[in-house]
Amino acid sequence: MNFDKELNARGLSCPLPIVKTKKSLADMTSGQILKVISTDTGSVKDMAAFAEQTGNPLLSTVEEKGEFIFYMKKK
Amino acid sequence: MANKKMAIIATKGTLDMAYPPFILASTAAALGYDVQIFFTFYGLQLLRKDLSNVMISPLANPAMPMPVPMPVMVQMLPGMESMATMMMKQKLKKHGVASLTELRDLCLEADVKFVACQMTVDLFEFDKSEFIGNVEYGGAATFMGFAGDTDICLFI
Repeated sequence: MNFDKELNARGLSCPLPIVKTKKSLADMTSGQILKVISTDTGSVKDMAAFAEQTGNPLLSTVEEKGEFIFYMKKK
Repeated sequence: MANKKMAIIATKGTLDMAYPPFILASTAAALGYDVQIFFTFYGLQLLRKDLSNVMISPLANPAMPMPVPMPVMVQMLPGMESMATMMMKQKLKKHGVASLTELRDLCLEADVKFVACQMTVDLFEFDKSEFIGNVEYGGAATFMGFAGDTDICLFI
């Protein structure tokens, strides 16, 4: 999937992946795609919860070799 | 639509109990909440510029996971608190958990409002110059002014 910005959140624990996702989205424009890579298993549910509560659609969640890759569209 | 709101009362100043207020506050702020933390009693220690003295004690803390079972008589020996604190900090770092200072900075960056309990500051004769600058001072009524209108209100 194409993306406009990548956030490397590998090795970070709650709440850093979420807080850094929020910060990354802040300087993007509506419709752009953010790719987030996390190794925190808790981030799977948390990213979905973040998407639901902030209205930024989570386009996909994939697990690849122990890493979680999220694509989020800025609302 | 107005933002949701969360208020937290932070009353503890130990390493383990310092994390929940800052984790919840930074997360709520990321989710778009207006957040205020009211620091009172030992929670005031979390407003010091230097947080390196925030410690954890194995004493009277039977739920703390220890690498080896440790009798209370051993836990009370000099240096045990420093050792437990050092081990906990290493563990936190290894697991990619942010430091308290880092989490507190993230809160401030996200406009989380910090209010210090003026009564406790006076009671313990704390020197405000030892606290970070981005703090307001107030009492219970100040807290109610914000907390009365919140969606989430926690006592930690």
